[in-house]
Amino acid sequence: MCLAIPGKVLQIERGTTPLMGEVSFGGIQKRICLEWIPEVTVGQYVIVHVGFAISTVDEKEALETLKLFEEIGQADEESPEG
Amino acid sequence: MENTPPIDPLAGLACPIPHSEYSTVLLAHGGGGKLTQQLIQKMFVSQFDNALLAPLHDGAVFTAGGARLAFSTDTYVVHPIFFPGGDIGELAVNGTVNDLAMCGAVPQYLSSAFIIEEGLPMGELWRVVLSMKSAARAAGVTLVTGDTKVVDRGKGDRLFINTSGIGVIAPGIDINPRNARPGDAIILSGPIAVHGIAIMSVREGLEFDTQIASDTAPLHDLAARILRADPGVHVMRDPTRGGIASALNEIAGSSRTGMALVEEAIPLTEDVRGACEILGLDPLYVASEGKMLAVVAGPSAQRVLSAMRSHPFGKDAAIIGKVVADHPGVVVMKSSIGGTRVVDMLSGEQLPRIC
Amino acid sequence: MKYIDEYRDRRAAESYAAAIRSAATRPWTIMEICGGQTHTIVKYGIESLLPPEITLVHGPGCPVCVTPLAIIDKAIAIASLPGVIFTSFGDMLRVPGSSKDLLTVKAERGTVRMVYSPLDAVKIAEQNPDKKVVFFGVGFETTAPANAMSVWQAKRLGLRNFSLLCSHVLVPPAMDALLSSPASTIQGFLAAGHVCTVMGYEEYLPLAQRYHVPIVVTGFEPVDILQGISMTVRQLEEGRTEVENQYARSVRREGNRAARKLLEEVFEVTDRQWRGIGTIPRSGYRLREEYAAFDAERIFDVSGISAQESPLCIAGVILQGLKKPHECSAFGSRCTPEHPLGAPMVSSEGACAAYYHYGQFRPAPAVLES
Repeated sequence: MCLAIPGKVLQIERGTTPLMGEVSFGGIQKRICLEWIPEVTVGQYVIVHVGFAISTVDEKEALETLKLFEEIGQADEESPEG
Repeated sequence: MENTPPIDPLAGLACPIPHSEYSTVLLAHGGGGKLTQQLIQKMFVSQFDNALLAPLHDGAVFTAGGARLAFSTDTYVVHPIFFPGGDIGELAVNGTVNDLAMCGAVPQYLSSAFIIEEGLPMGELWRVVLSMKSAARAAGVTLVTGDTKVVDRGKGDRLFINTSGIGVIAPGIDINPRNARPGDAIILSGPIAVHGIAIMSVREGLEFDTQIASDTAPLHDLAARILRADPGVHVMRDPTRGGIASALNEIAGSSRTGMALVEEAIPLTEDVRGACEILGLDPLYVASEGKMLAVVAGPSAQRVLSAMRSHPFGKDAAIIGKVVADHPGVVVMKSSIGGTRVVDMLSGEQLPRIC
Repeated sequence: MKYIDEYRDRRAAESYAAAIRSAATRPWTIMEICGGQTHTIVKYGIESLLPPEITLVHGPGCPVCVTPLAIIDKAIAIASLPGVIFTSFGDMLRVPGSSKDLLTVKAERGTVRMVYSPLDAVKIAEQNPDKKVVFFGVGFETTAPANAMSVWQAKRLGLRNFSLLCSHVLVPPAMDALLSSPASTIQGFLAAGHVCTVMGYEEYLPLAQRYHVPIVVTGFEPVDILQGISMTVRQLEEGRTEVENQYARSVRREGNRAARKLLEEVFEVTDRQWRGIGTIPRSGYRLREEYAAFDAERIFDVSGISAQESPLCIAGVILQGLKKPHECSAFGSRCTPEHPLGAPMVSSEGACAAYYHYGQFRPAPAVLES
């Protein structure tokens, strides 16, 4: 478990119960429930499972992880096994 | 889950029904994968077996009255009958045109049989007919005979269409799934999975808010261009139900060769990819309708690729892999992170998943 | 696609594989308990990138696989009733019950409809007031809030024809049960990233302490998994037993507060039976009394259904990670995706289906029946 993928919030339908919005996944759009991430803003990325956003993607953390990828790549190049 | 089939006391000396673990036909038997193959082999081929049927290619090829002909049939039961990018009529015409083209034939004459559900609005039938007229014109074929039946409301899912077609094959052309050879290049004419996602996107429960249009198209002209570039092309196949995975597995099985694909080389558009990611579908198994595979000898590959790219329906053509002598009958793929996995034949229906 | 492609990057994958190879100095056994992670591991051939010192075992991370046979039989019984529209995620449709699966019920003229989201099932109930709409609520904590929302929404709309057939299971009690078993060889855990996105990872701290195992909350793309394994191996080599978060771009320590609040309101914790494993105390959810009107097990009389497992299926042993699918005598011969004997072969997340489908372990063609 569980298939959840990142999508970009294009539109938030303020005033709906539960809160709904339009999210894009590589260009394909679907109406998704945003009730559990009420602080979300348009343009943010969210992780979506069965039509519900379960978290917002933390850009800072994502960049940190990617930086780690870079570092491990360099360490790999420098190591004797590299 | 074993079910013993009932024995008909009136059958007398008739052959007993072949053993199957299914006592009823399932939707999965029409999925284009392993179960479809099993049904065809056990129920149809076993009873109608002959040399012309045996290759189980898109169409049968034979000589009659001195002419080399291809003969093919296709039935369309798609739901809904109108979808982004086309309708059942256009699919029905293009489907048979393409089957004939994949045999190396120039498609010429089509028949069309309609099974109409009582209550279908005349306006919808008219739309479908006009669509077929336009598709037939684009494909250069003439509808010469047909049949019409109407069934009770509730018995027909609005409209089913069967088309059958005849085309002529020029001398010297021998296209057959058996012909694939180690060293051949596998070329795909463009992005996969478009039709399947287009249909799913208007099916209840799986609606998307963006339009993905079906890629249905007649491929006779593209096929002709390939033949001009390489009259010795080994195999041509349009991957419909079951996707390129099923089509390539069939070719690998017929020719007893292996295939090695490269995931990154397979054309796929972002939006179709997004849809597959959300639904947990593997695009290799999702249907296309206006795409084709060409398996050609290594030295001809670049020439054929250029010829395909010069055609509007082949502008995104790419070499996606090669035929190998290893693991005969098995298709493997190198993934984007470098590992290799087997690309199995589809089993049952591919269902969207949440896990 | 953003936030997906970066985590399928070949160079990063190779670098982490190399890091694991150089870090591991002795054998370690690591379990992942999420079908999505099993799927990725087998699909991308991750085990072949790891050094021989590292053994990956697949735990009961597939909620479809652990749904008790009796509940599947109940689902089939309800779906076969006239006047019922039975709705479900795609995953459950092909799981065999004692004699058939939901797709067969559909073939025999029952009304079974697949949905992408539980809210779609509620919409169907609104559109069909004369039918009883039942939604098959299966899943781990990731899906539980969505299923809870369907019931909450149905109540809010005053629907009288919607109900949930609930089979929810919780991950930490399962981990506890596995780790406390004397047969356990597990030395480190990859925790399921999306379960933790909802629930946070505080529940794992006592587990790490009690059983002295490092637990790394991990994502689902191949580089996520390799990074998660790398972090686990580093902890093992350094003798640490902490909870770390590899999937920090989605997982916060406290999880998603709003989703958890809804879970509290709609569900209560109960004992649950895990197919192939047995009853694990306080390892599942059931609807609270206030939502009894939406509980399919109370609305439909489906008690008295007993279920017969195939004697050949060793799903339980597979799900506990004690055997690998290809070590089962029926694997690939009597048990294939076309005629599965148990859930792990049908569910696309199940270990057996993954191993079969991606083919590395299938027996040679001569052995298969025609």
